[in-house]
Amino acid sequence: MNSMRSIRRPLAVSGFILVAVCLTIGCNRGGERRSRGATTETSGKTDTPVATKPIQPTPSGGDPKVIKICSSLPRTGSAKAQTDAIVNGIRMAFDEAGNKVGDFTIKYEDLDDATAADGKWTAERETANANKAMQDPDAMVYIGPYNSGAAAVSMPILNEGRLLMISPACTGVGLTKKGGEPGEPQKYRPTGTLNFTRVVPADDIQGPVGAEFAKSIGVKTIYILDDNEVYGKGLANLFREVAEELGMKVVGKQESIDYKQSDFRTLMARIKNEHKPDAIYFGGTSQTGAGQIAKDMVAEGLGETTLIVPDGCFEAAFIQAAGANIFKTLKCYVTFGGLPPEKLDGKGKEFVDRYKAKFKTMPEGYAVYGYEAGLIAIEAIKRANKKDRVAITDACLAIRDFDKGALGKWSFDANGDTTASTLSVMKVENGDFAFVKLFSRQK
Amino acid sequence: MPLDLFAAAPAGGLDNFLQYCVQGLLFGALFALIALGYTMVYGIIELINFAHGDLFMLGTFMGLTVLSALGISVSTAAAANTGLTVLAVFLMLLIVPTFCAGLNWSVDRVIYKPLRNAPRLAPLVSAIGVSFVFMNFGLFWNGAIYEDDRPVPAASPRAFPDLVPLRNLLPEDAGMRFTTKDVMVVAITLPIMIALTLFVKRTSLGKAMRATAQHPTAARLMGINVDRVIGATFLIGGALGGVGSVMYALYINTTSYQAGFQMGLYAFTAAVLGGIGNIPGAVLGGLVIGLVRSLGSVYVGETWNSALIFAILILILVFRPSGLLGARTREKV
Repeated sequence: MNSMRSIRRPLAVSGFILVAVCLTIGCNRGGERRSRGATTETSGKTDTPVATKPIQPTPSGGDPKVIKICSSLPRTGSAKAQTDAIVNGIRMAFDEAGNKVGDFTIKYEDLDDATAADGKWTAERETANANKAMQDPDAMVYIGPYNSGAAAVSMPILNEGRLLMISPACTGVGLTKKGGEPGEPQKYRPTGTLNFTRVVPADDIQGPVGAEFAKSIGVKTIYILDDNEVYGKGLANLFREVAEELGMKVVGKQESIDYKQSDFRTLMARIKNEHKPDAIYFGGTSQTGAGQIAKDMVAEGLGETTLIVPDGCFEAAFIQAAGANIFKTLKCYVTFGGLPPEKLDGKGKEFVDRYKAKFKTMPEGYAVYGYEAGLIAIEAIKRANKKDRVAITDACLAIRDFDKGALGKWSFDANGDTTASTLSVMKVENGDFAFVKLFSRQK
Repeated sequence: MPLDLFAAAPAGGLDNFLQYCVQGLLFGALFALIALGYTMVYGIIELINFAHGDLFMLGTFMGLTVLSALGISVSTAAAANTGLTVLAVFLMLLIVPTFCAGLNWSVDRVIYKPLRNAPRLAPLVSAIGVSFVFMNFGLFWNGAIYEDDRPVPAASPRAFPDLVPLRNLLPEDAGMRFTTKDVMVVAITLPIMIALTLFVKRTSLGKAMRATAQHPTAARLMGINVDRVIGATFLIGGALGGVGSVMYALYINTTSYQAGFQMGLYAFTAAVLGGIGNIPGAVLGGLVIGLVRSLGSVYVGETWNSALIFAILILILVFRPSGLLGARTREKV
């Protein structure tokens, strides 16, 4: 009996150690839940104007001849292919400038705002990156983030130091202007001044363009679904407004799915039985059920209905989740807030050629935006010509008719948004995205 | 305004209603397969094996590994001939349950068994830990299975080769669909559940299981090898979960390292709903949850799926604390 006990105790102890290890690993999953909440929690605040806070001075110290540019993008997980392309574009912009602007040497730091376990950005990582940049006396520009939800987390932090943000991919409307949640965009600007800019057209262009495209392919009745998140629901709302304006019949109610469900078979069966629409629009991403929706449409006999999804699905993970074979039956179009590399001309084409020579691969869709963001960072530093966060931010916001990049001539408007408004529509074909046509919308 | 939140009442007639019921029951059968694993283990050692849902998830990856060993991928699945398809499904139904059973048994041996006489909370918390270990293991496993010689993003859901053709067996104007996949689920889950019932009722090991569940000490005094019975329970529960993995993967055609979380939660709910520890109860609970999920989506709204299921769970537990079929009221964790 005694010997039994002496064996059992070490076993029990090792069991507890295992539990401790497991719980440490488990923290990652807890983090995911918190990060999901973060996007919606911020939206609960009221519309009262935020009292303006004084701008925090740049921390002292650092090398007066070095300017550091950080990027914060999801470098692990499902968006890795896109962010690899963005980072390549950024590096290319800096390399072509010789990593020098005037007397300053450019240093680039590539930060990750995702974790392997979550497979996507987390609020903790994005906050940590923003704080890191804020406290670094050399950091003058923050390129990123990739996700609009992440921008909502880091914008208020970086705004207090007026550290310039240039996003190559965030398309959420509310980040820069009214039209999103109540209280936006003031709640991202505690100092009452601007520091966020983006080089991609926002969703108030993408949603409507999606509707215009649907009309152009002869869609008469459409069913609208969303994933109940800021990005997806916002887009679906914009899509519906324009679809109704254009005279398409929006059938049924716009419905939010619970994307954690394993399947949407019953929903698709119901849509088929009651409406049999020409098309379904899903405002959501490949992480919030888009692949399963495509699959369940085919499984429930909605294979002849067209599926239209926004740029949150413009990644390989979407095709992987749905299975490439599904798209032999199902027609699926993806709107994407920019131009595919093979459609760029002039300086854009030169960019593509140089990119191919340098990285031995075709630039993915977002590469050119990484490049453009890098060039804008350099231009802003050049115009400010001093190592000062406020001066660089102001210089950036004042950029008009910028044509040194690969996207043609464009300006920043009063909100820090690009005036470019060209979108492309892609079709899922042979396990990849194939370009269909360009769409422009005049604001 | 609150009423506006709900979907409009559907126009479909009785045919559609029947279709939604059939869909719900079929998915309920999958919940039931997993719920059986929860309920059997609980019945014997009063442990809520939180890792069971993730064991199920690992089963889907085992299935994927079997298929890729046979050279079947998402893109080649449609072209596979009947012989290969039958062989693949047969192999999956053989290997995956064996793997899940073995893994479940080993986890019991290595982790739960040393804690058998420890305070109740210790094995329970260990089970949660095992669940996380499994999940992270699934993440790596997903990354290790290449798709057409290309690596895949490990954290994203991925399609499972669509082996069983989706052919509607009813005429298109019947107002209802019943596909070959639906037949597959019925043809495999139903005999397994009947076999399990017969096993527990008729065989001596089944009798020993019931005895151990009723009173472990008395069972031991009667000469029953309780450890062996517990081991067998983990084996059977794991194998049922493995069959569930194969059915789920072939029916839904998706898997991800997080697939076990939602399925496990629903299956656990099904077990509690039916009366945890009660085998027919788990099946009934699974079917009820499947039905609620399907009909809720149609008549209340897709968004309210989870809310509805848990609301019904709470209601039933308020009026029947021991679940639908649960009768025994022993002190449980």
